[in-house]
Amino acid sequence: MRRTDTMFTPRGWLWFLAVGAVLAIGVPLLNALPASSALQLPDYLVPLLGKYACYALLALALDLVWGYAGILSLGHGAFFALGGYAMGMYLMRQIGTRGVYRDPILPDFMVFLNWKQLPWYWYGFDHFAFAMVMVVLVPGVLAFVFGWFAFRSRVTGVYLSIITQALTYALWLAFFRNDMGFGGNNGLTDFKDVLGFDLHAPATRRGLYVASVIALGLGYLACRFITRSKLGRLLLALRDAESRVRFLGYSVDYAKLFTFTASAVLAGIAGALYVPQVGIINPSEFSPGNSIEIAIWVAVGGRGTLLGALIGAVVVNFAKTWLTGSMPEAWLFVLGALFILVTLAFPQGILGLAGKLRLRPRPPPPAPVPGEEGAP
Amino acid sequence: MTDAAYADALLYLDGVTVSFDGFRALNNLSLLVERGEIRSVIGPNGAGKTTMMDVITGKTRPDSGTVLFDGGTDLTRLDEAAIANLGIGRKFQKPTVFQNLSVFENLELAQKCPRGILRTLGAALSGRQREEIAETIRMIGLAGRERVAAGALSHGQKQWLEIGMLLIQDQRLLLLDEPVAGMTDRETEATAELVLSLAGSRTVIVVEHDMEFVRSLNARVTVLHEGSVLADGSIDHVQSQPAVIEVYLGR
Repeated sequence: MRRTDTMFTPRGWLWFLAVGAVLAIGVPLLNALPASSALQLPDYLVPLLGKYACYALLALALDLVWGYAGILSLGHGAFFALGGYAMGMYLMRQIGTRGVYRDPILPDFMVFLNWKQLPWYWYGFDHFAFAMVMVVLVPGVLAFVFGWFAFRSRVTGVYLSIITQALTYALWLAFFRNDMGFGGNNGLTDFKDVLGFDLHAPATRRGLYVASVIALGLGYLACRFITRSKLGRLLLALRDAESRVRFLGYSVDYAKLFTFTASAVLAGIAGALYVPQVGIINPSEFSPGNSIEIAIWVAVGGRGTLLGALIGAVVVNFAKTWLTGSMPEAWLFVLGALFILVTLAFPQGILGLAGKLRLRPRPPPPAPVPGEEGAP
Repeated sequence: MTDAAYADALLYLDGVTVSFDGFRALNNLSLLVERGEIRSVIGPNGAGKTTMMDVITGKTRPDSGTVLFDGGTDLTRLDEAAIANLGIGRKFQKPTVFQNLSVFENLELAQKCPRGILRTLGAALSGRQREEIAETIRMIGLAGRERVAAGALSHGQKQWLEIGMLLIQDQRLLLLDEPVAGMTDRETEATAELVLSLAGSRTVIVVEHDMEFVRSLNARVTVLHEGSVLADGSIDHVQSQPAVIEVYLGR
């Protein structure tokens, strides 16, 4: 019998660990080589790769709800940004007296706005552990509350996509306001260090990169665990025939709520790792277009396959980095064309092209032992 | 209706009326189905067969009348999921199986077990459960096809798979809406055998147009017409009734 309830075959584990080791150990080692070496990885590439790892984790999060549970969230950028803001608030508090106004408590933008006191919701963010709890809790609770109302009211399909857009749009407008206390238009920036390590030092950047890769690996395992469980099969079932699942006696609403919340938490973690590597978080992360772009990454890579989401995020963002550098005006056209092309010609994305003959991506059958087949 | 008959009944409908915009889909319908019985329900289009199933499964609420299950549970007060969990399963006219899941996985999801989300996340099949799934697969004639995606099955096989899902869900009352529609003669025969093998252990109500199939079930037949019972008894008995002949042939 085909086993669908194991996470990986032994060979799958080997692949996972091998790729993980190359990314988590190989890249930092190459970067640490002396600059004279031909193999040395330039410093600027390390945070760039770290950024890709964060995007890949974000794509995994969206694929979990879209590719498996059939919920097209076009507001996942909001969860990513909230995780990023929680991390940004911690980094702001770490600046201390090194800011332009040298206020030991208040971040520069608050002094500039002539605020006398730290708003209550900034309390605790000088502690790393507290900030990390918020990275998980804020997106998680928002997704839970939002999902509770949306799924219980049986909002599905395009209507759900629209209200997720409205969610991120509302947050976008809110975070633009200076009164909100999150730095308004400029957001949070000018960070100095994290846990006492200088954010501009190559070693810190390597550390953040490795942390991102590890988070991506763990996120992948978590998604793999969910999608390979019986719940994963339930999600596929409700994606295809929701009312039939209700008829089997399962709570469709809770299944969606669980998945949506887990996904938002992953997106928040991705955001938190992203911010120290790019050095800024501002309201543009909430822009509706950003969230739509995430869906494009997943579609290009192949939704409904975790690996596809991961590949899609890296491929599209690599193209973006490259094109916005060489032909900035072309990028949006390329992105639009990519989306149309994928939707019309390759609905299964890059991975779907590879495994077109299979009805549903699944591990390849065990390879025949060489020599056994034709042997007398 | 005597109290003794009522106590033996698994399903009891009395005076059920449903109207849609003044049209009486069910008109003072009364029906009693005993435990372990197989019952065929026939009738021309618009006789109220599907509406009757809708009422039993909670999809439609009757305007008046009584619907009792298993000695007194009032079905008119419950929603679809609650009625499903009571042990009433329905196979719709159009087979609805999970296309992208295999035969095995379809049955795994239907299998009777705790339905909580976290329990589902951590669920692992026990040997006994695997055996039960294998047993059901044999019963519905899909042995050797357990890895096949349900979407790739033939129309008849999908119907069987859906019946199998009701069986493994351990439903006591099965409502089968046109189970042999679109089936070949051979498939129809096999379906009749499958339904007959359930007699005694499950209670089955079959709504069907295919008179050959109804005849092969050799079960008690209820004829519906304009929302109420027109005739009731063996197939030969109802077919000899002038009123039934009038309804089927007289137009």
